[in-house]
Amino acid sequence: MANNKFSSGLMLSLRQLRRSPLMIVVHLSVLFLVILWTFPTAGLLISSFRDKDQLAVSGWWQSLSSSEQNIIGRTSAPDQQVLLDGKYVLSGTIEGFALQDTILRFGWTSKQPEAYQVNTIASMKNAGTLTVSSDGQYTMTSLVPFTGSRGKRVFYTQLTSPKFTLDNYVEVLNSEGIGQSFINSLTVTIPATIIPILIAAFAAYALSWMRLPGRGLLIALVVGLLVVPLQMSLIPLLQLYNTIGSYFGVSAKTYFGIWLAHTGFGLPLAIYLLRNYIAGLPKEIIESARVDGANDFEIFVKIILPLSFPALASFAIFQFLWVWNDLLVATVFLGNGEHELVLTGRLRELLGSRGGNWEILTASAFVSIAVPLTVFFTLQRYLVRGLLSGSVK
Amino acid sequence: MVSSTGLTLKNIKKSYGKTDVLHGIDLEIALGEFIVFVGPSGCGKSTLLRMIAGLEEITSGDLFIEGAHVNDLPAAMRGIAMVFQSYALYPHMTVYDNMAFAMRIAKEDKATIDQRVNSAAEMLQLTDYLYRLPKALSGGQRQRVAIGRAIVRNPKVFLFDEPLSNLDASLRVQTRIEIANLKETMKQTTMIYVTHDQVEAMTLADRIVVLSAGNIEQVGTPLELYSKPANLFVAQFIGSPAMNIFTVKVLQTGKVTRIKTQNKNVFDIPISSAAQIKEQTITIGVRPEDFCLADKESCMLSGEIVFIESLGEVTLLHLNSSESTDPLVVKLPGIINKQKGEMICLKTELDKTHLFDEQGISLLYQV
Amino acid sequence: MEQLFYSLLVMLLGVLSCVFYFVGSNWLLLLIYPVKHVSNVKMAQNIRRAAAIRPWLFLGPALFFLILYLVYPVFDSVYLSLHGRNGEEFVGLANYEWLFQDNEFLESLTNNILWLLIVPALSTFFGLIIAALTDRIRWGDFAKSLIFMPMAISFIGASIIWKFVYDYRAEGSDQIGLLNALVEYFGGTPQAWITLPFWNDIFLMVILIWIQTGFAMVILSAALRGIPEETVEAAVLDGANGFQIFFKILIPQIWTSIAVVWTTITILVLKVFDIVLAMTNGQWDTQVLANMMFDWMFRGGGDFGRGAAIAVIIMIAVIPVMIWNVRQANAQMEGR
Ligand SMILES: Nc1ncnc2c1ncn2[C@@H]1O[C@H](COP(=O)(O)OP(=O)(O)O)[C@@H](O)[C@H]1O
Ligand SMILES: [Mg+2]
Repeated sequence: MANNKFSSGLMLSLRQLRRSPLMIVVHLSVLFLVILWTFPTAGLLISSFRDKDQLAVSGWWQSLSSSEQNIIGRTSAPDQQVLLDGKYVLSGTIEGFALQDTILRFGWTSKQPEAYQVNTIASMKNAGTLTVSSDGQYTMTSLVPFTGSRGKRVFYTQLTSPKFTLDNYVEVLNSEGIGQSFINSLTVTIPATIIPILIAAFAAYALSWMRLPGRGLLIALVVGLLVVPLQMSLIPLLQLYNTIGSYFGVSAKTYFGIWLAHTGFGLPLAIYLLRNYIAGLPKEIIESARVDGANDFEIFVKIILPLSFPALASFAIFQFLWVWNDLLVATVFLGNGEHELVLTGRLRELLGSRGGNWEILTASAFVSIAVPLTVFFTLQRYLVRGLLSGSVK
Repeated sequence: MVSSTGLTLKNIKKSYGKTDVLHGIDLEIALGEFIVFVGPSGCGKSTLLRMIAGLEEITSGDLFIEGAHVNDLPAAMRGIAMVFQSYALYPHMTVYDNMAFAMRIAKEDKATIDQRVNSAAEMLQLTDYLYRLPKALSGGQRQRVAIGRAIVRNPKVFLFDEPLSNLDASLRVQTRIEIANLKETMKQTTMIYVTHDQVEAMTLADRIVVLSAGNIEQVGTPLELYSKPANLFVAQFIGSPAMNIFTVKVLQTGKVTRIKTQNKNVFDIPISSAAQIKEQTITIGVRPEDFCLADKESCMLSGEIVFIESLGEVTLLHLNSSESTDPLVVKLPGIINKQKGEMICLKTELDKTHLFDEQGISLLYQV
Repeated sequence: MEQLFYSLLVMLLGVLSCVFYFVGSNWLLLLIYPVKHVSNVKMAQNIRRAAAIRPWLFLGPALFFLILYLVYPVFDSVYLSLHGRNGEEFVGLANYEWLFQDNEFLESLTNNILWLLIVPALSTFFGLIIAALTDRIRWGDFAKSLIFMPMAISFIGASIIWKFVYDYRAEGSDQIGLLNALVEYFGGTPQAWITLPFWNDIFLMVILIWIQTGFAMVILSAALRGIPEETVEAAVLDGANGFQIFFKILIPQIWTSIAVVWTTITILVLKVFDIVLAMTNGQWDTQVLANMMFDWMFRGGGDFGRGAAIAVIIMIAVIPVMIWNVRQANAQMEGR
């Protein structure tokens, strides 16, 4: 009885906690944090679809609202003029005007480019007139014939409607080499993800379930190597690769070399992660297989591997993200050629050569993060699981 | 030679590093016998079973299965099959594949596998579930699959390690009956069954081996253990509630032992005793069910009721008595109309009592 | 495409050769130590021998890679750091002496210390706050997923994202960088943020914090969920308020997880170079050790001695965490 009262009192206070005005604060703070964390990426994504002229002059948060723009257009050429009621008339749509935009004001000198509202009549010198309507129609009259070979200048201020386009993507995929780099990145990533898995799985099994002297020491070694900075390996391995390359008369920077490098660098985490998982499998299942006559190899292939799928998936995602996103290893162990430069390397180059061209940078960056983001959102479950078992506790 | 012994254990010892877990086990098990290892948790039952199975190295001693020395033989080649407490089914394989696994490893041909799996499935009523994964089965079904997996291998020795302890009470009874039936159908197969539950031990075993702290306390049929426990440990381990014990003084030895209780009551117990225990303080044991209510005249023992457990078919009375420092328990048939705090009188038939010397060894087993 | 096909082919070959290695070595082992058609004694002996060798066959490739790619380089880097630019003539501690009077190195060292102080602390802090807050609301998992997302983005991609946020246009024209637009909106003067010494360091750190908070959040959220509900309920009954529960009941129970997050991010900070390379390449006083090391590998044809010396300095900074990790892992295994 007493217990019951106890817990109902508790329920009450927990419920109160839930309903309290504090909850609104919680919702709002989380919302604020989410916005803080997603806006930078959202900005990149939105910008990558914007027209490059608009992108350069207004912030992406304004991309949906129309912006005012001062433009110089021209009438049609003087040879189009007609004589009407004794006046020479030029009319039509202002050259260069896009139909979805709206003209607000216009003018006929560069000194006063927006002196007149649309549909009003501006008087020019020599008793000429100019009227422009918001849809770009103009009528220009003059008592003397228009001369020259080009149309007359018309200054106007238009309300530009937002323009979204895939042009940026088309451009980076074709002419900026992002398409090729995408393939290069895949070429590096796929084997560099698969190869370490098998090697690590066998090792993890040996370190979990096989009798061998110094097992504890080996596990400690793996844990220690988890944190060895890559920087330690770069120079010695670069030298080694150069030596081997010159010995065989081949380039030191090959796909083969970088696959092996990523395998080596990924192994400590792979072994650690898989060992944590495999060592946690029920002992009795493995013993049962042993009683059933399976040797270690059969146990590994027929029991351990199928049962370890979640851990294998976790590691595969880690390694995939790490290799795909890597710049350092790729820069050191792979060349700069068209058929070798990976996405991250290409982005770095673009940052140097096209640093101000945000339409190029945003689209390129988005191409490079699209794949990991897809992997992330579809396989997040395994990633979280991997993180939880992969960090040394 | 055709041996009629199923298993022979000669001075088998096990130690993990410096800690000795088993101190030298000697045991002969006949072919086709159903042996139960019973003992409190941590006494080394599983370890002994796993050594027989080949899952644990034998530190010293010799193990023979049907006459062959098997110490160094790996598990798979000893002709044993084992059913684990947690079932240990392969979670990613169907029931069929679980049962076929061992035969596939041994590269048996398909027809043999099929035939054996099907007949085992039929025997265990698993035919309808053959293509399910273990996670789609109930606990009882899983345990039957584990048993089936062992049956199909046609083992010489069938090992069970607490196979029922993960099941709920009703399933436990049912599966126990199935195992008893299994014993009938597989007459040539020696079975060793580990449990800490004495009911399982008593109902299933041909012979029970009582273990405690790495030693064998007694080996015998269930009834032997019940009626003639070799020592205090067995006496108190077998039977529920446990046997009541009292310390008494020996007044006279011989064909009949005369004892004096703490309340200075004197009884002649029809158990013979050697002269040297005269004047010693020994222990007398009386099972709760061997007491019955008595009137004033025939009263051997009186006590105050401190707690009553009415179970319907029996009633357990917990008493405080001046004869013993520990409360004693009495098991009486039917429903008893008594109140807490009441004083009652008890008696017992003296030939149903047990005497244990200072070392706790039963006088029955002394030469 | 052809190249991709080629890589898939190689991948297949790689996997097959792995399989071939393991299957083949196992087959060979059984050939040398047969278990069938031999006497019982012989069989027992053979099984024992095979069982003693097999673990090493399983471990072989992994050990080969670990030693060649990680263990050997550690020693070789130390060796190289004591030698000249080509690793040939022995120069003793000259590289280190040079380092400690080099202004760029001292600047990197200060910056690295700043990074080490700020990034792990803030990432853990935000991760903890977000974990605690999102656990309470219904759309918490969705929020977490969004905050976790930057984990999937490369440092270089993140750099572009943030360079765009920090973009600066001369005063008068519209700002297209979010930060300057906000500054202007609130009446401030737009700045070229990444060229402002000291503050630019902070702006680079923001990128890493943005990426790592998700990691901290995931670990700490799991830790918070692992706390027995009863302890919180007991505290509620004892009349503790939300803050007291958080700081006196929850935090003490997840200390180890906080330590794990902290050390993991610390290690990462020491290794980070992509962000600095992409944002400033060490200009405007933002140099860090990892980027400087990379620089020296290639600068003027590369000075391996100096590069290796910087790497060794990074390694030394990592060693305490390494020891702590190994201890933790050992303790954990003994607990099993
Ligand atoms: N691998 C091991 N290392 C050390 N001690 C062990 C090991 N396995 C079991 N023991 C110890 O051996 C004793 C017997 O265990 P076990 O045979 O499992 O008991 P049970 O009778 O409950 O089955 C226990 O005290 C246990 O702690
Ligand atoms: Mg046990």
